[in-house]
Amino acid sequence: MTLLELDNIVVEFPTRRGPLEAVKGLSLELDEGQILGLVGESGAGKSITGAAITGLIEPPGLIRSGQVRLRGQRIDNLAPEKMRRIRGKEIGAIFQDPLTSLNPVYTVGEQLIDTMRVHLGLDHKAARKRAIDWLAEVGIPAPEARLDQYPHQFSGGMRQRVVIALALCAEPKLIIADEPTTALDVSVQAQILALLKRLCRENGTAVVLVTHDMGVIAETADRVAVMYAGRLVEIGDVAQVIQDPLHPYTKGLMNSIPQIGNRDARLTQIEGAMPGLRNPAPGCAFAPRCPQAMDTCRTLRPIPVDAGSGQVACHLFGEAQ
Amino acid sequence: MNDQSQSPDILSVRKVSKRFDISEPFLNRLLERRPKRILTAVDEISFDVPRGKTFAVVGESGCGKSTVARLLMGLHTPSGGTIRFEDSDITHMAPGKPPALRRRMQMIFQDPFASLNPRWRVRDIIGEPLKNFGICKTRAEVTQEVEKLLVQVGLNAADAKKFPHEFSGGQRQRLSIARALTTRPELLICDEPTSALDVSVQSQILNLMKDLQDEFGMSYIFISHDLAVVWYMADVLAVMYLGKIVEVGPKEQIFENPQHPYTRLLMETVPKLTVGGIERAPVSGEVPNPISPPSGCSFHPRCPLANETCRTVSPELKVRAQGAQSACHAADAGRLPSWTRMAAE
Repeated sequence: MTLLELDNIVVEFPTRRGPLEAVKGLSLELDEGQILGLVGESGAGKSITGAAITGLIEPPGLIRSGQVRLRGQRIDNLAPEKMRRIRGKEIGAIFQDPLTSLNPVYTVGEQLIDTMRVHLGLDHKAARKRAIDWLAEVGIPAPEARLDQYPHQFSGGMRQRVVIALALCAEPKLIIADEPTTALDVSVQAQILALLKRLCRENGTAVVLVTHDMGVIAETADRVAVMYAGRLVEIGDVAQVIQDPLHPYTKGLMNSIPQIGNRDARLTQIEGAMPGLRNPAPGCAFAPRCPQAMDTCRTLRPIPVDAGSGQVACHLFGEAQ
Repeated sequence: MNDQSQSPDILSVRKVSKRFDISEPFLNRLLERRPKRILTAVDEISFDVPRGKTFAVVGESGCGKSTVARLLMGLHTPSGGTIRFEDSDITHMAPGKPPALRRRMQMIFQDPFASLNPRWRVRDIIGEPLKNFGICKTRAEVTQEVEKLLVQVGLNAADAKKFPHEFSGGQRQRLSIARALTTRPELLICDEPTSALDVSVQSQILNLMKDLQDEFGMSYIFISHDLAVVWYMADVLAVMYLGKIVEVGPKEQIFENPQHPYTRLLMETVPKLTVGGIERAPVSGEVPNPISPPSGCSFHPRCPLANETCRTVSPELKVRAQGAQSACHAADAGRLPSWTRMAAE
């Protein structure tokens, strides 16, 4: 069943030199319990997409057009007070830096207990008991003692475990995880990803996993959406996108990742860099870097067409409109 | 390539340590009767960098790998040990006074947004070392040399008059490389040169670095936390954990048959492009606080093979197969299980 729908959303930031479109019309769907990887390079618009779902786009940025629907109900136009009730209860969030997403002047326990009292209506005693259970669940040793400690008394990996507990404790149906392991070391990253995956599977929670790391996506996600310059270039099942990507950008991206064991003398490289958001070219944003670019690519923007296990926005597939 | 006067190693590091005093101010210590607190960032490490090759250092945050880079460049003074560049002792190079040796080593930093002066034009950034070291005498020579370097790193000669903010992250890292190349260094120390870059740009920079190494015969010290990048770049690999080298040796040997449980943990936890993930043994724990490292082998609290010896005696680096060395009691006693997962597909 479809849990989340993004319908052609455009996110815009007004600047002195005119509006900047960070997301230029993005549509995607997410089923209940599914893990969707949202991947792209810096500036592709993936974090902004995550923020648009949670209603956390910083003013003066705004969703210029399009709709965000959660279980068919529009949530992008809700009053801040109503959105606040959805955020936490219906949509949980995990951010990159666990230290800044925890309140440093409250103990970890107070933050967990408050969240559950507000969203689940538990009394203090019951919430405290649940909080201890959650800390144990996310693998924090001696949870009774740790409950009354402050975030600075936890290590980076332990803090991110607390953030995961905090995001899951109100039993949301959807979690937006924005680079949840980027600030962590690889050995800790593996633990956190395994934990996130297990808990979401057990509770039937859907996840939008925003990351730049294809390895993380491959190990965690069910479906992958690849973004480039504010648009979706390819979406599909993880196996297909990783092993048999369709869009030339996804192909280049996959080939440019160094892999242990690969004995090629050189890495495949994509020439150039992603274009800035200002003065977008009329055609496909990837055309200047694309080895297969044709004349149409420079003049006409490709629209997503069904291909493989999902969709791809490229003139090599289907007819341009 | 080596003639008689050259030893095979361009740089030799012997028992180098760096301890930072992180105590509170004297008066506070006196009033609160607290002892001094010392952080040992680098603990008696020794290694040799072969000429014309890439020596890579990997490890997680806080293992001391960046401190090693800064020690070699003379940005920190070692607390003990010696660093030799060819036949000269450079352990206590005076900062500020660039001796002739300084020309022969250069460094590239991680963050290309912080390592270039935002108020200088590219021609001044790259031109400064050319003037300081007296490589170019006249302005015309400087301009010509800057333009040549820009082309060498894949930029345009016309970029010389631009400011750093006009470049993307990858282009800025190219500028850093051009600046490092000004003195035609023999040794280039690269501290996470691609960690701040996107993958598609990372591959451009790594390829460029390999091309330049082939062209100029430079030796690299390549510091990274990314094993896949290290696989691509390194000839010799050292794995660091809490200020110590736990395993060192030829890259192929270490990737194919790692002889330290920590190296194995690192290799197992790298996310692979294998869909659905790999069944892996659950790894627990994190890097301990280097202010109070564990007794004995500093990896023992996380090690599945730890026994009483590991908890009390610090292991020494011992030679294993084919020139690799590792510091592990379990490997000494033959308790290390055989390594089944091949690095190659």
